[in-house]
Amino acid sequence: MFTKNLISRRGLFATVAASFFALVMGSTVHAADPVKIGLVAALSGQSAKSGEAITRGLTAAMEEINAAGGVLGGRKIELIRRDDESNPAKGQIAARELIFKEKVAVLFGGLDSPVSLAIVPVVNKAKMPFMGVWAAATPITRNGANPNYVFRVSAVDAIVDRRLMQYAKKTYGTKKAGLMLINNPWGESNEKGLKAASKVENVEIVGIEKFEGKDVDVVPQLLRLKNAGADTLFLVANAAPGAQMMKSLGRMGWDVPVVSHWGISGGRFPELAGNMAEKVQFIQTYSFFGEQNERGKKLLKSLIAKHDDIKGPEDVIPPVGIANAYDAMHLVALAINKAGSTDGDAIRKALLSIENYDGLIKNYKKPFTDDNHDALNHNDYVMVRYYGKKIKPVN
Amino acid sequence: MLIVSSIITGLGLGSMYGLLALGFYITYSVSQTVNFAQGSSMMLGAVVCYSFAVTLGWPLTLAILVALLVCAMWGWVVERFVVRPFASRGSNAWLMATVAAGIVLENVVLFTYGKEPRSLPSPLAQEPILIGELGVYPLQLLIPIVGLAIACGLHIVSRRTKLGKAQLAVVQNPDAARLLGIDVRKAVVGAFIVSTVFAGIAGILIAPLFNVASDMGTLFGIKAFAVAIIGGIMSPWGVMIAGLAYGVVEALTTSILGSVYTHIVTFGLVIVVLAVMPNGLFGRAEVKKV
Repeated sequence: MFTKNLISRRGLFATVAASFFALVMGSTVHAADPVKIGLVAALSGQSAKSGEAITRGLTAAMEEINAAGGVLGGRKIELIRRDDESNPAKGQIAARELIFKEKVAVLFGGLDSPVSLAIVPVVNKAKMPFMGVWAAATPITRNGANPNYVFRVSAVDAIVDRRLMQYAKKTYGTKKAGLMLINNPWGESNEKGLKAASKVENVEIVGIEKFEGKDVDVVPQLLRLKNAGADTLFLVANAAPGAQMMKSLGRMGWDVPVVSHWGISGGRFPELAGNMAEKVQFIQTYSFFGEQNERGKKLLKSLIAKHDDIKGPEDVIPPVGIANAYDAMHLVALAINKAGSTDGDAIRKALLSIENYDGLIKNYKKPFTDDNHDALNHNDYVMVRYYGKKIKPVN
Repeated sequence: MLIVSSIITGLGLGSMYGLLALGFYITYSVSQTVNFAQGSSMMLGAVVCYSFAVTLGWPLTLAILVALLVCAMWGWVVERFVVRPFASRGSNAWLMATVAAGIVLENVVLFTYGKEPRSLPSPLAQEPILIGELGVYPLQLLIPIVGLAIACGLHIVSRRTKLGKAQLAVVQNPDAARLLGIDVRKAVVGAFIVSTVFAGIAGILIAPLFNVASDMGTLFGIKAFAVAIIGGIMSPWGVMIAGLAYGVVEALTTSILGSVYTHIVTFGLVIVVLAVMPNGLFGRAEVKKV
């Protein structure tokens, strides 16, 4: 009786221990558990359109990956989004929540460079792979950390600035550049980039003006540039301040070419800038116009089928958000499979070891190396402008 | 040319600050309290006007009337629930309470209207009129006219009419005014309503030149308060002129020194002016008889 009782007590203990073990382990390792992917981007505010586009690009890629059996032998990918409201502090909090509470395997970033710059130290400390798909500030990927967990499938300011200078010089014969930069870290990143580019391209910068996101009238800044003899304006700002600048320019009646970084394409620029919107030529990494590769055709078809507001290539706005996010998600899935786990360091190493991926924007060959965490380069940029509310390549 | 066009730009901006600052003058002159939610009241006018005119497609005049009515109601709410409970006890807590009310309003608008800035089209901000080299929208000329007309109207009301004299009596001695049969409470409520309506007018006038968004009034509200203080808060003319001066200094600083220095110089000057003339440019020292 005594022995039997003891055994059953032991049995009871074993059962409790086993179920406790199962409970604990079950929450971390389970073959069918989805692999969580985090996104911290502007889902509201003046750049809300960017967050929506990134979501569409990521979702399109994820659906393809999940339909083909997911990653790590059958685990589906799941997207968890958080709104950073274009605010670095909020972005940092959201990133921490996704890393430590939601335990995402990879974190994606959004449009705002100041937000991404705030997240970079957090991910490098937490050994969390971070994939930028829009924010272009040079120091996001070139951040000095070793090992560096930050990767990007997007433009890089330093290269964009070079391309903008080249384009302006070729198209408008620019000799004297006037810079209109938003007064934040992204503006600063481009100030450096444009200065460096001007030296290489032999263009003189005759004035550098900063303006605030809430400035009503930037005529004084523009007048300074006009008086300094600027023959081309270089604009670096998001949609709302960019529109304020264009409205001021329109009021002055100063007919000067404006080339711009792509920040203006993240919001309702055509509505806010009115008839001045079409005067700006800006950069994108992809256009859904013209001859498309197989992926392009397929993606466009699925976007049209899925979203009521997309009827053709002109409605895929902003195209960069969708295209960059789409390719980046596929690259991340490749890396997760290559890593064989969701361990941050393993994924980082796997990203660096990807040899080839035939993507939407291009055929990526060794997209990431120890020295270069940016998958796109100056050959991957196209110049576009608004035609009404649609973004189409120039010419 | 740079100087001339900066002055024109500055006068346009400055009259917006002045218009908003007149709201501070009105409530302060009657009740010695101000509505720090003035920037939010301006935003409310613009947002409601946008919602009725663009989203619902109402005629613009009707949308403006509804927007001003909503602003008037907001003024009443602020006085009744945010200022009076504290001011009647002699507490200064209305200071923080009005700031809080403004933040609450901004966040309510954030929920309902959304955070994306929108554009309010206006027939007066389509084709610029050329003054020399500089184009100016008719709306930019209208704003100073409206501002000066309101300042002028306020001056006449406060000096020439019975209503104005009653208000002055309320300011000088509320108890005595009450004994003389003046409804002090009504005068104070009226002042708050008029001040938020002015803010609403400012918001609707500024919106086509700016973007309509829940946070559009924040910086405006701060600048307008600085203007009201510099102008010596008790004089409508002083406030309006201080607004114009502030706008011109702001534009000139940007033109001459560059935009990086704008806020440093303008707010620095605010401190200097107040240090040299503690009652503002046009204010008179209060005389207290003991």
